[in-house]
Amino acid sequence: MMVKHDLVIIGAGPAGMAAAAQSAELGLSVTLLDEQLRAGGQIYRDVDRASPSRGNILGTDYTDGTRLTEDLRQSGVEHISGAVVWAIEDEFRISYTCNGRGAQIEADRILLATGALERPMPIPGWTLPGVMTAGAGQILLKQSGIVAQGAALVGSGPLLYLIAAQMVRAGKPPAAMIETQARGDMLRALRHVSGALRGWPYMAKGLNMLAEIKRAKVPRYTGATQIAVEGEGKAEVVTFTHKGRRRRIACETVYLHHGVVPSTQAARSLGISHRWDAAQGAFVPELDAWGQSDVEGVFIAGDGAGIGGAKAAEHAGRLAALKVAENAKRLPPQDCNRMATPLRGALARELAARPFLDAAYPPYAAALHPADKTVICRCEEVTAGDIRSYAKLGCLGPNQTKAFGRAGMGPCQGRYCGLTVTALLADANGRSPDETGYYRIRAPLKPVTLGELAAMEETTQDAAE
Amino acid sequence: MKTASPFLELEGGPRVDVTWDGTSLSLPDGANLAAALLAAGVDVFRHTPVSGAPRAPFCMMGACFDCLVEIDGVSRQACMLEVTEGMVVTRPQDIGAHDGQA
Repeated sequence: MMVKHDLVIIGAGPAGMAAAAQSAELGLSVTLLDEQLRAGGQIYRDVDRASPSRGNILGTDYTDGTRLTEDLRQSGVEHISGAVVWAIEDEFRISYTCNGRGAQIEADRILLATGALERPMPIPGWTLPGVMTAGAGQILLKQSGIVAQGAALVGSGPLLYLIAAQMVRAGKPPAAMIETQARGDMLRALRHVSGALRGWPYMAKGLNMLAEIKRAKVPRYTGATQIAVEGEGKAEVVTFTHKGRRRRIACETVYLHHGVVPSTQAARSLGISHRWDAAQGAFVPELDAWGQSDVEGVFIAGDGAGIGGAKAAEHAGRLAALKVAENAKRLPPQDCNRMATPLRGALARELAARPFLDAAYPPYAAALHPADKTVICRCEEVTAGDIRSYAKLGCLGPNQTKAFGRAGMGPCQGRYCGLTVTALLADANGRSPDETGYYRIRAPLKPVTLGELAAMEETTQDAAE
Repeated sequence: MKTASPFLELEGGPRVDVTWDGTSLSLPDGANLAAALLAAGVDVFRHTPVSGAPRAPFCMMGACFDCLVEIDGVSRQACMLEVTEGMVVTRPQDIGAHDGQA
């Protein structure tokens, strides 16, 4: 008989770690499952192993993560690392693979803290070796102390400046920043300036980073359009139009970024409702102020609930943990509300600068609606033109595209094409993203091998004997 | 296939021997396998089953599956593995008919 936990948390980033520590403190039996081998999520990836020199390059916003990893250790929560969750079923049995073996765990309630993904940025040449997400560039730096020499940074948003500043500190400034936001975007963003001022620490950090980039004399091309990566078998040059002139920048590494979007795979597999958030340009799960979804017993916190950043994720994780404890009758409602009040205030302060940032650094329009020849599904190499041709044949929603041409059916299961397919079909059919919908996500959420399943059978039989 | 890498390791540390596609590489012990291969100058990890197009790590966080390699006959995401002494890593073999570069 399997032990049923009060709570299983999936994801050991800021939301998951904070929720784990908070719920353990309230007396719940908690298990934390995470794909990575060490706690931190992507934002604090491998923070416990980072050398002091790496910490100096990455900055205190990164090294601060040790506060959460330490809390997690102190909490005594069972943290199963290297655990890849591939199914969540039946209120709730969670199947995962760890060390080549399948395993299962049961819980009354689940908190999904699965974070964010880079917004897909399909431009010509984005599948070439050497083209990576800016997040990947950061992970290389955080986890491995590796910096790309002479890289081009392409896209828009604060993360692009952060990684550029970190590369400057590492002594390898980027060859160029090819930025897609235009002057008009910043002007439009100014109507959110009061929020931006409330979120002033973020704005001040942003200005400092820009100053660092300028001092290092990194060329910046803002308002860039018609961006493509070219090369024979790998990235060799980025081409783009800037101020009416076609430009070429030689580089072997290209980091792409135009925002991050919630990772919704696990939530969708549970049938949780999602809606289109126009400001974030992404689908977000329907949640109440505690992170409770419309599937009873399932909570979502952190960037997977809508992009808010690491600090916001931490507060949201704690809020969800309070409500879980209240639901489990371990915390009186009045205590739950009292403890939530300061967290809500802190969360609101963290989110204050968001509307400004979303408006100032919108996604690159040409990557939201790519040219016909551009590959949009990396796995099955389906192009934007293919999706448009399916629409002409009457294809209304992303699930149908699978029948037409396998988009979204490769190993990444639509993680890097789903939003593009929705956008292309919505545009072609003159319907909204909500009407168009998204891929239906089913288990297995990640590929699982027969060997891993066989190993799970053995464990189950061992237990039965 | 193996060239001078644009990816520079900022820190030193103990290294172990790993076999990549039949050649021996000296990689940092316990490092992320995908990162270590990139820094060692491996620029193409696999070719796609559909068109045979070359691929290399894209997301480094287990989501994109572009860094698939083969270890002990099983396709694995290199970015989700750590370097261990004596690891034998090859390009995945389940490639399409029109790929002549395997």
